[in-house]
Amino acid sequence: MSEIEIKNLTKIFEVKGHNVVALDNVNLSVEKGDIFGIIGMSGAGKSTLVRTVNYLEKPTQGSILIEGTDLSTLSEKELRIKRRDIGMIFQGFNLLEQKNVIDNICFPLEISGTKKKEARIRAKELLKTVNLEDKEKAYPSQLSGGQKQRVAIARALATNPKILLCDEATSALDPQTTDSILKLLKEINEKLGITILIITHQMSVVTEVCKHVAIIDNGKLAEQGTVDEIFENPTSDAAKELISGKDITYTPLKSFDTNKKIRIVFKENSAYEPVISNMILKYKTPINILKADTRNINGTARGEMILSLPEEDGLAEDIIGYLRDNGLVVTDTFEEV
Amino acid sequence: MIGSNFVIMILEGIRDTLYMTLGSTIVGYILGLPLGIVLYVTSNKGLHPIPFIYRIGDFICNIVRSIPFLILLILLIPFTRLIVGKSYGSTATIVPLVICAAPYIARVVESSLNEVDAGVIEAARAMGASNFQIITKVLLVEAKTSLFRGMTITTGLLLGYSAMSGTVGGGGLGDIAVRYGYYRWETGTMIITVLLLIIIFQIIQNLGTYISGKIDHRKR
Repeated sequence: MSEIEIKNLTKIFEVKGHNVVALDNVNLSVEKGDIFGIIGMSGAGKSTLVRTVNYLEKPTQGSILIEGTDLSTLSEKELRIKRRDIGMIFQGFNLLEQKNVIDNICFPLEISGTKKKEARIRAKELLKTVNLEDKEKAYPSQLSGGQKQRVAIARALATNPKILLCDEATSALDPQTTDSILKLLKEINEKLGITILIITHQMSVVTEVCKHVAIIDNGKLAEQGTVDEIFENPTSDAAKELISGKDITYTPLKSFDTNKKIRIVFKENSAYEPVISNMILKYKTPINILKADTRNINGTARGEMILSLPEEDGLAEDIIGYLRDNGLVVTDTFEEV
Repeated sequence: MIGSNFVIMILEGIRDTLYMTLGSTIVGYILGLPLGIVLYVTSNKGLHPIPFIYRIGDFICNIVRSIPFLILLILLIPFTRLIVGKSYGSTATIVPLVICAAPYIARVVESSLNEVDAGVIEAARAMGASNFQIITKVLLVEAKTSLFRGMTITTGLLLGYSAMSGTVGGGGLGDIAVRYGYYRWETGTMIITVLLLIIIFQIIQNLGTYISGKIDHRKR
């Protein structure tokens, strides 16, 4: 049984008499203990998707099953109790500004009727988990963005949830802070076995921590799979765009103004060989490197390069064959129409 | 002009003015605060929109607030007599003051609650908070500074209105100003009462600003 199962989910908003389809027949399942990324451009419907998982947004059609329980079958009260099993953090942190750190963390416990003394003890444990023991009495306005998100994480964990939803949780943070928050999420996932669902528009977030990823484009599920698979061989346009970026239009010299662009991915084993240099020496033809990048995917380094190839008969095919023989993953790039 | 009788009269005036102002503020909030919460909750973007209830509350607030206080004061004389037993004196003045203040307070409360960040409310919902818990544990807590500032403004307003009630025998400093300053041409008395009103107003406003700054944890 999957921890989270999203079945035929459709969400339609009525805006001034018009129907806007935010989500269109989405099917997903997230296994227990997974870190699952949902990525999409802004407006793709990913925030709506995550908000249906705890029924902050009720689906127009379809159902959400949490550990096998269909949320639509629950009464308001049962739903509120169920939500204690689903923690949530946000882009804007959403802390209570008039309460200090420890009271913020105690807040969900206060709501669930836990005794104050017990709540305090639990909150102090959580402060240790998120490394903020010295900020117990501070107010949110005295904290940095990263610290606020740590408090929010501690707060989300207070009721011992089985699932943690992250709605663009790192989008308001700088790269270093993003890293430290992602590390913390990974730690929590490993230590507590909690299932994490991450919504983001940043591919780096997905490649850093997620095991599985789903790509949402225009309310539809474009593609899903393990992060490795999707990074190596993205098939949907949305995935290609998110991985390699949209505009690879810079540089080309006149003579290289060709449409033949390929994307190659270096795995660990191929990263030691000077494959590109050898290829140029072998075919005695210059090629144009449009983009080169290295990424950390679940702890292993992956190189990514976009080349534009000469359009001479057969030469491009030969080159692609050569690269494949050398253990590289070669795919076509996303073409803007 | 300044004899012991005069001093006693002024002191009693101050006492009555404070009695009317604070009394009507307290009773006004007992009625206005829940009404403001109802307006917030039932409004379009509220926790539990009920357009019908909102429209009724909205209508009542607008009607009462569009009647000038002096006219309301006279209009309510039978009602005041029914409740207090007489239509003059400071206790009687509290009735129209409260009727005038409650819708105003409701509006002030509604706008304070509207200022609370929607994200915080959403976070509370995600934690499994009920609407009642959101009102008592999130809205009223997060909006406390704004609510307190609103209360300071309301108290200042009611101080002014309580003085106005002097024209129909309401008691307090306003009453003294009308009877002595206006009818008897005692300019000195008029100036003293006006100065006292200014001082009381300043004390209320400064105290309010000070306290609302003290209880605000958002910036420091």
